[in-house]
Amino acid sequence: MVTIQGLHKKFGKNHVLSGLDLSIGAGGIFAILGPNGSGKTTLIKSVLGMVIPDKGEITVLGKNITQNSDYRHQIDYLPQIANFPSNLKVRELIKMIKDLRKSTKEDERLIELFKLTPFLDKKLGQLSGGTKQKVNLVLTFMFDSPIIILDEPTSGLDPISMLRLKDLIQVEKEKGKTILITSHIMSFVEEISDEIVFILEGKIYFKGTISELKTKTNQPDFEHAIASILTDNHA
Amino acid sequence: MLKILKYSFYDLMRSRWSYVYFAFYLLLGIVLLFLNNDLSKAVITLMNVIIILVPLIGTIFGVMYYYNSKEFTELLLAQPLKRSSIFLGQYLGVAISLSMSLILGLGLPFVFYGLFESSAIWDFSLLLITGTFLTLIFTALAFNIALSNENKIKGFGYAILLWLFLAVIYDGIFLLVLIGFEEYPLDKVSLIGTMLNPIDLSRTLILLKLDISALLGYTGAIFKQFFGTNYGLIVSFIALSLWVIVPVLRIVYKSKKKDF
Repeated sequence: MVTIQGLHKKFGKNHVLSGLDLSIGAGGIFAILGPNGSGKTTLIKSVLGMVIPDKGEITVLGKNITQNSDYRHQIDYLPQIANFPSNLKVRELIKMIKDLRKSTKEDERLIELFKLTPFLDKKLGQLSGGTKQKVNLVLTFMFDSPIIILDEPTSGLDPISMLRLKDLIQVEKEKGKTILITSHIMSFVEEISDEIVFILEGKIYFKGTISELKTKTNQPDFEHAIASILTDNHA
Repeated sequence: MLKILKYSFYDLMRSRWSYVYFAFYLLLGIVLLFLNNDLSKAVITLMNVIIILVPLIGTIFGVMYYYNSKEFTELLLAQPLKRSSIFLGQYLGVAISLSMSLILGLGLPFVFYGLFESSAIWDFSLLLITGTFLTLIFTALAFNIALSNENKIKGFGYAILLWLFLAVIYDGIFLLVLIGFEEYPLDKVSLIGTMLNPIDLSRTLILLKLDISALLGYTGAIFKQFFGTNYGLIVSFIALSLWVIVPVLRIVYKSKKKDF
C-alpha cells in the first residue's frame, strides 16, 4: 500500500529523517512509535505530501506521490492538533469538506455516534479540545478510503469516546483497510495494533508484532519493551 | 481552485473588515464629492488617496489573511487538492473581495452623483481599474512575504517596510538620483524607474489619462513624450500586468516547495 525508500528530511540543521525505508502492506493496523522529535509526524506528513522530502521516494498504491495529488483521495488523515478555522460552524465545515472531496452520507452516522448533534450550529472556536477532536474524527472517517492515517487520535477524548473510537477502528480494519496510527498511550497501541514500527533517530529501529518486540528486548510487557529500547539507545 | 476561491471569499465577506473597508471608501467618496462639488476634481483628489492607501490595505490584508487562515490551509493541504489551487484560490479570494469593496464603496456615491452623465466616467473607470491592479499586486506581494516568513511579526514588518519603500522612500531615492545626475540624459533612467514601482506607474498612468500637464512632473512628461498618451497607457498596463503575474508565479513556485 505504502512504500518509502531512502527518505531524508532536514529542517535547518536538524536531521529529522535520515534514510528511512518502510513498506506497509495491505490491511491491518500499524502503530508508528518513537520518542518525541523522532520524526513520526514528519514521516506521516511526507506521505501526505505536506512535507516535501529532501531525498527519497514514496509510493502510495503503486503511484509515486510527487506526480499528482489525486492519491490523497485514497487517504483519510486525522491531523494531530485539530486547528480549524474558528469562525466556521461545525455543520459548515463538514459540508465544506464534503464539497471539496466527495459527497457522503456517513457523516450523519458518525455525528450520531460521537453525540455531536448539539454542537452542529456552534462555531469551531467555541468548542472544547475534546469536542474538536470528535469533529476531527468525523471529518476523517466519513470518507471510505482504503488508507487511514491517525496522528494522536486519542488526544482529549473522554473514556466513552475512546471506546467508540476503538470500535470504529476495528470496524474499518475488518473492511480490509490499512490504518497507520501514532500515539503516546501505550495501552491503546498494545490493544489495537497488529504491527509496531519503531522510529529512532530518523530510521526504522524495529518493525514487527508486539510479541516479536517482547522477545527481542527480553521484556515481559510492552511498555517495558519500549522503555528498554529507549534506555539502551540513550543511556 | 474555484471552490477554494468561493470559501475564502465567503469567509472574508463575513468578516467585519470587509465592511469597514467598504464603509471607509463610501464615506471617502461622499466627503470628496461634497467638498469638491465637481466630479473631475474629486477624481484627482481620489487618485492621490487611492495610490497610497490601496497598496497599504492590500499588503496588510494579504499578510493578515495568510497568517489567520493557516489552520484552514493545513486542513486543505491534506485533501486531494493541488497546492497551487489552494494558494491561488486564497489569494484571489482576498484580492477580489478587497477590489469589490473598493469598486462598490467608491462607485456608489459617484454613480448617485451623476457619473453616467458626466465626462469624467472614463477617468473614474481608469481610477478603479488602477485601484484593482494595485490591490492584485500588493496582495500578491503580501502573500509572497507571508509564504517566505513563518514568523508573523517578521512577516508584518517586511510587508509594512515594502509598502513604505514603494510608497515613500522610492520616490525620495528616485528624486535624489535625478538631481545627482542632472547633467546626464535621464529619460531612460526615469522611464525604467517608473516601471519598477507599481505605485509610480499607476500615478503616471492616471495623470496621462487625465492629461493635466501641471501635475505630470518630469517622469510623466517624459512618458508622454516617449510613448504618446495612448501608447503610454498600453505600455503602463502591460507593466502593471507583469507586476501581477510575476509575484503570482512566485506564489505558485514557493508554495510547491514549502513544508507544513
